[in-house]
Amino acid sequence: MTMKRHGHAPILKLRNAAISYETRYGDIEAVRNVSFQVDRAETFGVVGESGCGKSTVAFGIVDFLGPNGKIVGGSIKFQGRELIGRSQEELRKLRGDQISMVYQDPMQALNPSVTIGDQLTEVLTVHRGIAKKEARGKSIRMLERVYMPDPANVMERYPHQISGGQQQRVVIAMALLNNPALLIMDEPTTALDVTVEAVVLDLIEDLKHDFDTAIVYITHDLGVVARVCNRVGVMYAGEMVEVGSVEAIYDAPQHPYTQGLMRCVPKLGSTKESSILYPIRGRVPAPKDRPEGACIFAPRCDYSTDRCHNEKPQLRELSPGHSARCFYSETIDPSTWRPPDGLVPEFASRAGGNGQEPIIRLKDLKTYYEQESRSVLSLVGLGEKLYVKAVDDVSLQVPPGKTLGVVGESGCGKSTLAKTIIGLETPRAGEAQFLGFDITVPVSERDVKLIEELQMVFQNPDSTMNPSYNVGHQIGRPLRRFNVVPSDQVRDEVVRLLRAVRLDASYCDRLPRQLSGGEKQRVGIARAFASRPDLVLCDEPVSALDVSVQAAVLNLLMEIQQEYGTTMMFIAHDLSVVRFFSDYVAVMYLGHIVEIGPAEDIYAPPYQPYTEALLSAVPIPDPTAEQKHIRLHGTVPSALNPPSGCVFHTRCPRRDLLPDGGKICEQDVPPWQHNSDEHRIMCHIPLEELRKMDPVVTSR
Amino acid sequence: MAGTEQTMPKTSAQPSGLARLWEGISILFESKIAVVGLLIILFWIFVAIFAPLLTPYTPTEQDYTAQNEAPSARHPLGTDSLGRDIWTRLIYGARVVLVVLPVTETFWLPLGTALWGVLLGLLVGSTLGLMGGYLGGWVDEVVMRLLDAMMAFPVVLLYMIIIAAVGASATNVVLAIAIVGTPGIARLVRSLTLDIRTRDYVRAAEVRGESPWYIMFVEILPNARGPIIVDAMLRVGYAIFAMGTLGFLGLGLPPPSPDWGSMVAKGRQYILSGSPWAALWPSVAIGSLVVGLNLFADGLSEESTRYQ
Repeated sequence: MTMKRHGHAPILKLRNAAISYETRYGDIEAVRNVSFQVDRAETFGVVGESGCGKSTVAFGIVDFLGPNGKIVGGSIKFQGRELIGRSQEELRKLRGDQISMVYQDPMQALNPSVTIGDQLTEVLTVHRGIAKKEARGKSIRMLERVYMPDPANVMERYPHQISGGQQQRVVIAMALLNNPALLIMDEPTTALDVTVEAVVLDLIEDLKHDFDTAIVYITHDLGVVARVCNRVGVMYAGEMVEVGSVEAIYDAPQHPYTQGLMRCVPKLGSTKESSILYPIRGRVPAPKDRPEGACIFAPRCDYSTDRCHNEKPQLRELSPGHSARCFYSETIDPSTWRPPDGLVPEFASRAGGNGQEPIIRLKDLKTYYEQESRSVLSLVGLGEKLYVKAVDDVSLQVPPGKTLGVVGESGCGKSTLAKTIIGLETPRAGEAQFLGFDITVPVSERDVKLIEELQMVFQNPDSTMNPSYNVGHQIGRPLRRFNVVPSDQVRDEVVRLLRAVRLDASYCDRLPRQLSGGEKQRVGIARAFASRPDLVLCDEPVSALDVSVQAAVLNLLMEIQQEYGTTMMFIAHDLSVVRFFSDYVAVMYLGHIVEIGPAEDIYAPPYQPYTEALLSAVPIPDPTAEQKHIRLHGTVPSALNPPSGCVFHTRCPRRDLLPDGGKICEQDVPPWQHNSDEHRIMCHIPLEELRKMDPVVTSR
Repeated sequence: MAGTEQTMPKTSAQPSGLARLWEGISILFESKIAVVGLLIILFWIFVAIFAPLLTPYTPTEQDYTAQNEAPSARHPLGTDSLGRDIWTRLIYGARVVLVVLPVTETFWLPLGTALWGVLLGLLVGSTLGLMGGYLGGWVDEVVMRLLDAMMAFPVVLLYMIIIAAVGASATNVVLAIAIVGTPGIARLVRSLTLDIRTRDYVRAAEVRGESPWYIMFVEILPNARGPIIVDAMLRVGYAIFAMGTLGFLGLGLPPPSPDWGSMVAKGRQYILSGSPWAALWPSVAIGSLVVGLNLFADGLSEESTRYQ
């Protein structure tokens, strides 16, 4: 790769690029001192947390910054020609012709009222002046290149008629139709499920070789970078702090920020102890609060000295192709790093719980959503009723003080399961008991004593708090409602709860919009724990947060759980986070639990084939880790009409292990096979056969 | 404690409530059209409040020696067919619209007829909209179909039916404005509710087992206030129009009270005989106040959505 870089001119070269936005408070420099280059057939990853300017860089390259953004300095060269100062007309031509972009949400990039075929051919007929018929042929061939099943048929469809992964493939195909020299991808897989993401990432990897394209890949996910990129630039607070090859950055990160990032990402595969997360203290400064004439990371750095606060370090080359913006890169040895006191809570071994009476017990629980069929009869209420089987035959139990992780892709029913337990949905059949009480009734019919023992932490930090009330009021509400403390002590109790989530008393009077995402999530946790519940359901509590904040919130949750002895159900799509957090894990697919057991057993053979596929799709932030290559094809079937027999049989990659290609999977519901007392797998394949499989992830 | 977010030095002090209010006002002043609108509205409120100090006449004082006069030093906007000073009648008319609501001969409420009408409409419309949007199901179906039926009537016809049924008085005009405004307000609040009810904080309240009324009025309504306030501004404009219309048709305040609509109706006969003043000025008054409210509402909604 270094050889190539000396071979010919790079496709894209940025030198000290600076971009600022005009706001009501004056011009704000969102990005400065960004330098990197991308060669032919190379993927350059730009990683960083939200608000660090990654997307601004991407849009800056094509000067697509909107009316209030402008490039204020440096140079951006595309194939040796300067882009800054070109007219919008020239740039517009360039954007359509030689530079393509792929965005996060494919539905925003595709026109919902035009067929996919027309949208694709338009690219060729407008930009290249190719005849319609020829353009159509080319488009079909391009869809084949992005592994679209049945391309001729897809050409006739509208965007909403294909799945999210397929939509993103269409967008990528569209971007490639003009054979661009540079492809800019802004979080192209963030909105996709992990198994779909894996397929799209494979595709991106292949394209680089097939098309000889230079790719700028922007993402927040260190695992994705490790999978698709050759070189990486790490951005922090609008500056590039480290640039190097993927191997160098992951093996021997030179900037303290990069080192910190690596420590707060959950790694899959290793043991539970090694997956302790170390958050970076403090938070990313807002653009107007960035220190001037000093290292921007100094306030959060464990190694900072007076020099760091008084002088600005420059990006300097430490070894060929690897540079960092730090004065002390040579002297810092990350292996001797010890977490500062109090950064990570003490994790006492969570003994107890085993053999105790489970706190919650579900048996054959079914939650269906009713849907009218589309016949005329249904207009008058006589039509046949159809059911979306969101949760079907779910049985599980959790011992007190333990955490059950529930994983699965979107639409697998994990959120419905949570809603059913909490009482926002009423199950159709089955038993559900909590502390011996029946909880198959909606929350409005439950006793207040029961309600206060069952609380929830929500996913979206921006909507978990009511924007109209201050923090103190919102934490105080459950205290008042459940009479946790006498009303004259509510304020003291709120302050105590805020302390428990590491916020000081001054937060009482703040409104949610004055809080960062991580702080809002902490307040949400304080609110959930206010009534001292026995069971807390966490619905993806960290999936919308940045990695460094995510680590802090996860540690906090575990700490509070230990202090209160609370039982938790942790719903997530991220298998690495669940591994770190849970004692037990349940894997869900299409409303069914297909495997459940202690966390260690889930992440080691024997695997249920779906678990195996999920694990092999997770992007691992370690370029040296070996991971099995199993890809699921097709899409998740509709829960309105789930497949017969085993719900997973339509996509199962392991059916051939059974005689006559797994005919039995289509006919019979698979039995529960018990690997141990607590670990059970729902599959027709005999346990002996499943035990023979290799572990999915082996890290060196 | 290290490892937490509040260890960052706070660069800006906590803004107090007053500072936030000032910030809101300064945003308002960035929009020129909002400022123009506000000035027009403030002008009318000012003259309405200080009406007795701004004119030597009373609104019903007749001067048979000066009928249908053009503007002059004695009568700045001229006189009508009975020799009453038009300026006086205009500013006293503005009182009824914006400043006082005469309930009986001796008893009156602050705030004008138009404002009371809109407030009453807001109260009923918001409640219905919240119920339809949050409770859903058959409640939504029944409420919305009833309101749809009301919306099917032409507005003027609806006004006439209501006033014909209950009689012409200031309180009944309030009632008419409220009834006619309710369906639109309910629809707006319902659509806002449908969006807000999906937020996590509403679910958090449900998980706490809060009552539907608490969720509707405490959790949802405050977060819908922005669009509701802007809509209410526009509705005050419609209400002034409505009052003008009713007055013009003789269904407004009983004569001889200075009602803008009835002033236009009265003055209309003399336009072609060379004295357009009696019809012109009240028309200008209605028009300017409605335009002012519209400008203000537009500017407000534009500025509040621009910086979110």
